[in-house]
Formats: sequence, C-alpha cells, structure tokens
Amino acid sequence: MDDAARIVIVGASVAGLTTAETLRAEGFAGSITLIGDETHAPYSRPPLSKHVLTGEWTPEQADLSDPIELAALNLTLIQGARATSLDIRGHTVTVGGEAISYDTLVIATGVAARRMAGTEGLAGVYSLRTLDDVVALRKELATAKRVVVIGAGVLGSEIAAATRKRGLEVALIGRTSELRLGQVGSHLSPLIAALHRENGVDLRLGFDVTEVIGEDHVSAIVLSDGTVIPADVVVAAIGSLPATEWVSDSGLELSDGIVCDSNGLAAPDVYAIGDVARWRDDLTAASTRAEHHLKATEQAQAVARLLVTGEESPAVVPFFWSELYGTKIQAYGRFPAVVPLTTIASEPGGARFVAASVQDGQVLGVVGWNMPRDFRLARADMVAAAEKPQSTQPELVGSETGSQHA
Amino acid sequence: MQITVNTPACVGAGQCVMAAGELFDQDDDGIVMLLEDSPDAAQQAGARRAASLCPARAIKIAE
Ligand SMILES: Cc1cc2nc3c(=O)[nH]c(=O)nc-3n(C[C@H](O)[C@H](O)[C@H](O)COP(=O)(O)OP(=O)(O)OC[C@H]3O[C@@H](n4cnc5c(N)ncnc54)[C@H](O)[C@@H]3O)c2cc1C
Ligand code: SF4
Repeated sequence: MDDAARIVIVGASVAGLTTAETLRAEGFAGSITLIGDETHAPYSRPPLSKHVLTGEWTPEQADLSDPIELAALNLTLIQGARATSLDIRGHTVTVGGEAISYDTLVIATGVAARRMAGTEGLAGVYSLRTLDDVVALRKELATAKRVVVIGAGVLGSEIAAATRKRGLEVALIGRTSELRLGQVGSHLSPLIAALHRENGVDLRLGFDVTEVIGEDHVSAIVLSDGTVIPADVVVAAIGSLPATEWVSDSGLELSDGIVCDSNGLAAPDVYAIGDVARWRDDLTAASTRAEHHLKATEQAQAVARLLVTGEESPAVVPFFWSELYGTKIQAYGRFPAVVPLTTIASEPGGARFVAASVQDGQVLGVVGWNMPRDFRLARADMVAAAEKPQSTQPELVGSETGSQHA
Repeated sequence: MQITVNTPACVGAGQCVMAAGELFDQDDDGIVMLLEDSPDAAQQAGARRAASLCPARAIKIAE
C-alpha cells in the first residue's frame, strides 16, 4: 500500500478500531477514515452484560482505547454518522448524503439486536447491544423489582446472572428446552441451568412468550402455557441480525452476513470482518459467521496485515468466554452437537473442569469451567497438535462430561 | 519497553500466556500475573502480540 492510499472503515467498534490500529502498527502511512453511527468512543461489548450491567464498572471502563491512543492513530473519525450505500465500481460509500472515496473499504458494521415483535412504543422492554442500551437498562433496574429475561443463549444467561447480582427477582425464559453457550451449543446446558437455579433464578425452558402486557409500560408477560409472569422490566436477548441493509443493493453477496473468501475479501477492494462477515474456511470449505469478540479482533488484524504486507494469516479458530455467577467459562474450537464432551481435567466434585470434543481421536474443541490454567494448557496442546498434522494426538483419558456434572 | 497489566479488567483468557509465556502467567483464577515488566529486545515482539490479542485490553505497553 502506498502512502497516498485511502482506507475507509465503516463500523467503529472492536473490529473497525483494531483494523486501524493494526494498519498503523504495520506501518501504513496513508489516510484512514473510521466511520461509526454511535456517538461514544469505541468500546467493548463483552463487559456490558457482565460488569457494567451489575454496576461494578462505569460505562467508561468498557472503552477500547483512551483519547491519547486514539489521537496517536492519526485517523479521521466520523462519529454519529451512518453509511447508507456502497458503490463498488465507483469506490465510494455514502455517509450523510456525501460520497466518500476509498481505495480499500473495510466493512465492520457488526450486528443489531433483534427486537421483540409487537413491543414498539412499550416502555420497559429492552435489548442489550449498545452502551446506550445498558445505561438505559441500568437506570430502570435501579427502581425495578421483577425482571424477565427472554433468551436461552449466553447473552440471556449473562443478563439473568447480572440482574440477580443486583438483587432483583429474575425469571429466565427460553424457547428451547436447553440453554446454549456460544459454539459449545447445549453441551453444558444442565450445568448452566443448575447455576441459575442455585442462584435463585426462576428458569422456564421450552416456552414461547406469547404476549407482553402493559399500557404504556410493561407489567407482565404471558407464556405459551398461559402462565402470567409479572415484570417491571423485560430484557429480550433473542438473537441478532447482521447490519447489512445499507449494502443491500450494492451487489455484495449477502447470506446471513456478507459472504467473503478466506481472507475476508467480499468484492474488489472491499473486505468484511467481525460479526457482520461470513468468511470461508478453506479447511472445511464451509462459510461461517460467529459473534465473538476475539474473532472480530483477529479478522481485523488479518485484513490489516494483508493490506500492508500482502501476507495471509492462518484461519481464525473460534474462542469464546463468558462469566456466570463468578464461574469463568472458556471455549476454543468446535463442538459438534453429536459428539459428547470428554472430561480431560477436573477437581473432585466437578466444580472445576476442562472437557474436550473429540472425534476420531482428533480434538475439535476444548472448554474450561472455572479452570482457566488447565484450559489454557489443553488449548495449547490442541494448537500444537493442529500444527503437526502427521503426529498422533495426545492420548485422552476421560469420561463423558454431561452426566457426571449434571 | 515497560509493560503494565490492569488485573481488574482481565478476563482470564490466557491469550497473553499463549503469546509470551516468558512474560505472563495466570493465577488459579486465570488472572494475569506479570513475570517481567521490562522485556529484553528478543521478548518485545511477544509482548506486543500479547497486548494486541488480549480481549480485555488489559495489557498496556509503553515503548
Ligand atoms: C452484551 C454483549 C456481551 C458480549 N459478550 C461476549 C463475550 O463474553 N465474549 C465474546 O467473545 N463476545 C461477546 N460478545 C460479542 C462481541 O461483542 C462481538 O463479537 C463484537 O462486538 C463484534 O465486533 P464488531 O466490531 O464486528 O461489531 P459490533 O461490535 O457490532 O460493531 C459494529 C459497529 O458498527 C456500527 N454500524 C452499523 N451499521 C453502520 C452503518 N451503516 N454506518 C456506520 N456505522 C454502523 C454499529 O453501530 C457498531 O458500533 C458480546 C456482545 C454483547 C452485545
Ligand atoms: S490475555 Fe488479557 S484477559 Fe487474558 S489472561 Fe492475559 S491479561 Fe488477562
């Protein structure tokens, strides 16, 4: 990339900011324009449903960088502005009616929370994706007593845990009969359910919410079996939608996200990274889209390096972490639903363990439950084994996890 | 080069130890422990890599 090159990044969150940082770290001296529709300085989302929601952290503690670091990047930061269209042939994006030209475009617009249908205009119904969301929710929780959280995914579980920590009465509703945890799927569902129950959450799995009741402000929800659960606040963690409407008529291939090759290339001089992007995995020939903070970081670094040095980066292996009631859960790799987990390290009683997904003698993924160091060692073994495909995998001695810890 | 770690922000991901095990370790809760705050020239690339991969951005590097 020559020094006159103009790189435009749309989406100023972890993927967008990391792209700019890595471009500079790799020595790119051209112009960088970072465009984001939020008005806050770029921040990290994982703490929002953990330390910020509980009140342990101020919103500012979630900032991704401080003003000095940001200034040192020497970029044009356009905040509170939404890109509305992309012209691939003309090499421009439209922001606030104005066309901005690029030599290379990096799209990092992430996903938006799916809203509860039929609750428009009803106060007290929230989703949790942005800093504004968590600030508004925190304010309302300060006077609320009863909270209903909807969603059997990890975000629903985290919100339930954080609101319990605030001392509120919490009901957690899931449409599926099992609780899911990122790429680990429902393998740990019995353990997570037990955690919620031990901590006093009214857990209701296998129910739809058929009605949200309230005049101006929500007062209760109704489950598919007719049960009415009173609620001062409802938080819906019911999934997300890739933020692609602004490129819908650009000619980019869209299929639950922006379809890319294994380096993030979506169209000539257009890359997509992070939650919005669906990268091809050359190993499995499948294309995947995952919503993981570290994946967004690594894809940003990979694209920035490719642009500056021309070097391709190795495929990103999914890594995810969560924290529920102080239990640290970490997962690396893949966990097919049909492969039961095998315990590879544990403490008596099963309060801490590391388990693996093993298929045909190959470790596909490792997950740690409150055992961060052993998890890291297992992960390092897995990485080492993957780097030496000809060598045999370490022998795994273990038992199936689900039943033992359930 | 001077490394500092913000332990309250650390999420115990262990990225730092994977990237530069001679500079970082984790305690039993997975929280980062800084083994060496002024790395020698050969360790500085690892330190930068650790900082760039820390999901909590808990590792700061002053050159
Ligand atoms: C509450 C919460 C907790 C989470 N916890 C974890 C966790 O524990 N571990 C983990 O690995 N991951 C977690 N995640 C997921 C993680 O936050 C995401 O993977 C990560 O934020 C993805 O980064 P991104 O930059 O790709 O997208 P985003 O963070 O979604 O950022 C996209 C940005 O682009 C902006 N934008 C969208 N459209 C436009 C447009 N047209 N013009 C301009 N700007 C636009 C958006 O407003 C946003 O600021 C969590 C997410 C949430 C919401
Ligand atoms: S990489 Fe960051 S979050 Fe992970 S253990 Fe090290 S300092 Fe903590």
